[in-house]
Amino acid sequence: MNETVMLECVNLKKYFDTPRGSLHAVDDVSFRILEGKTLGVVGESGCGKSTLGRTILRLLPSTDGKIIFNGRDITNLPARELSALRKQMQIIFQDPFSSLDPKMTVYQIIEEPLRIHKTHPSKVERMKQVEKLMEIVGLDSRYMNTYPHELDGGRRQRIGVARALALNPKFIVCDEPVSALDVSIQAQILNLMMDLKEEFGLTYIFITHDLSVVKHISDDILVLYLGQMVELCSSERLFENPLHPYTKALLSAIPVPDLSSKGKEADVMQGEVTSPIEPPPGCRFAARCPEATDRCFQESPPFFEVEPGHFCSCFHFCHA
Amino acid sequence: MSEALLEIKDLSIRYTTDKVISRAVNSINLKIDKGEVLGLVGETGAGKTTTALSILGLLPRYTSETEGEIRFKGHKLVGASEKQLRNIRGSQISMIFQDPMTSLNPVFKVGRQIGDVLKFHNKTMSQIEVGQKVDEILQMVGIPPSRKEEYPHQFSGGMKQRVMIAIAIACRPDLLIADEPTTALDVTIQAQVIKMMRSLQKELQSSIILITHDLGIVANLCDKVAIMYAGEIVESGTLEDIFAQDRGHHPYTLGLFGSLPNIKEKRSRLTPIRGLTPHPSELPEGCHFHPRCPQCMEICKTGRTPDRTVQNGHEIRCHLFSAGGRQP
Repeated sequence: MNETVMLECVNLKKYFDTPRGSLHAVDDVSFRILEGKTLGVVGESGCGKSTLGRTILRLLPSTDGKIIFNGRDITNLPARELSALRKQMQIIFQDPFSSLDPKMTVYQIIEEPLRIHKTHPSKVERMKQVEKLMEIVGLDSRYMNTYPHELDGGRRQRIGVARALALNPKFIVCDEPVSALDVSIQAQILNLMMDLKEEFGLTYIFITHDLSVVKHISDDILVLYLGQMVELCSSERLFENPLHPYTKALLSAIPVPDLSSKGKEADVMQGEVTSPIEPPPGCRFAARCPEATDRCFQESPPFFEVEPGHFCSCFHFCHA
Repeated sequence: MSEALLEIKDLSIRYTTDKVISRAVNSINLKIDKGEVLGLVGETGAGKTTTALSILGLLPRYTSETEGEIRFKGHKLVGASEKQLRNIRGSQISMIFQDPMTSLNPVFKVGRQIGDVLKFHNKTMSQIEVGQKVDEILQMVGIPPSRKEEYPHQFSGGMKQRVMIAIAIACRPDLLIADEPTTALDVTIQAQVIKMMRSLQKELQSSIILITHDLGIVANLCDKVAIMYAGEIVESGTLEDIFAQDRGHHPYTLGLFGSLPNIKEKRSRLTPIRGLTPHPSELPEGCHFHPRCPQCMEICKTGRTPDRTVQNGHEIRCHLFSAGGRQP
């Protein structure tokens, strides 16, 4: 079994300075992804999932902690070396409407990374490569000279995928790649991404708020709440045996499309996500937690292994 | 059965812009009884929102053409005067719009925005009565009445959607049209809003048309379901008719269910519908779904596909279910 660690984060932190204080977007996140696996990152808006993805790619500077990619610490890599690294790590953005330059044709968009990284020096080669990429992602080559606004959401997202694949990366951060799409198109793109993973041996971080999608595509799942890790384990285990009260609430809130859910009252969680600016001590979820005790408001629960491979940060499972 | 609360007969809506004619809604029939929750399901561009706007007479007058009949409590809504419509809008039929962030007026306090609806439809109501009523409505949607002095930007997304619902139910309408009411919200907040809508529906005995693309919400809330594709209702019936796996379904309905990742079982691959939704200005001949349909027959490529009643109330518009066609 191939057990190479593709990416490792160690106590990664990303704080933003705001006029009202420091915003803890990503707070002390540690995990590792093995080569060829998919890690799903789930959470509600504002839990820091996108910031985590961008910090890992060094699109945002980290505040503290380490990012180790392919055995190499890239946390403070200088810009020149970073550019070489970009060939290996790419991103697919959420919104296929605003992440493509409206003044560039499909060909120019997919060709741009090839030109910047000088992987294909001649124009003919680049043309061939763009054609090949378009075929891989299922885009007809007659769209080569059209502009993004002429295409629908599904085709636009395929352009985004082709652009991310252009440099033959090993690792891709997928930031909500299907949430702007209709279900039938969403299924096409999800299938495409799974096929590409098989074909090119890719490793994904798949960021989403949709738990059914994340279950479908991920090997492991990390649940975030207000920038902190709540639970981490294999995809099957999380759905079989969710431990943290937040994970449980999140799972019970998904409307299931079958007759068993008719008229069913979900265990509705009270309140809303609190502010990530200068968070108070204690468990960040305590204010909404149905099982919170006094201790939860005073101390932060550690993130520890409850059973082999299943991590959770909640005092209810910590008997130490 | 007594007369339906709302009945739509043979409704067609066309938009004309720059010589391009978009056939957004194509002869649909719908019926909703008192106290019923109808789910109108479909993907982007299926004509769901156009149908909803036509009920309220909110379609742009110069670019759209409406044919057919919409009857609300026996009154015709197509062709009604603006004055008649204004009296119905907000008091007897009201709408919850999709995006709470842009649908509220940012420069007025939320209490005033709710009060305005009350005052418009109850001219004799005193300022004090309006104030009391606003407090009462805010409480119903789970907002502390003290927050009526705040502006929309001071509310979170879920809270803004509650304000929208408060405005919609202020006059206790008979029919509430909710256009993707939870699409912009997080799952846990969505669960709160759905729970609240269910209890309000019980309390007010309103009928609801719930427009959504989320079959999970439909299963949770609706009594009846109509599935729209390219401006047509391709399948309609009770929730059981649509969701039961052992009954016959339109190929598009099957495609929609096959596209959903299932939370209960893990499948290695999804079975999406091939191809793309056609633009309403270039609808294919014959059955609009035939170019994408895995069970397409020669007969599907031309002419109009009739509605077939498969079982009492369960209708499917597909040749597979007509006489001579093979039953799947």
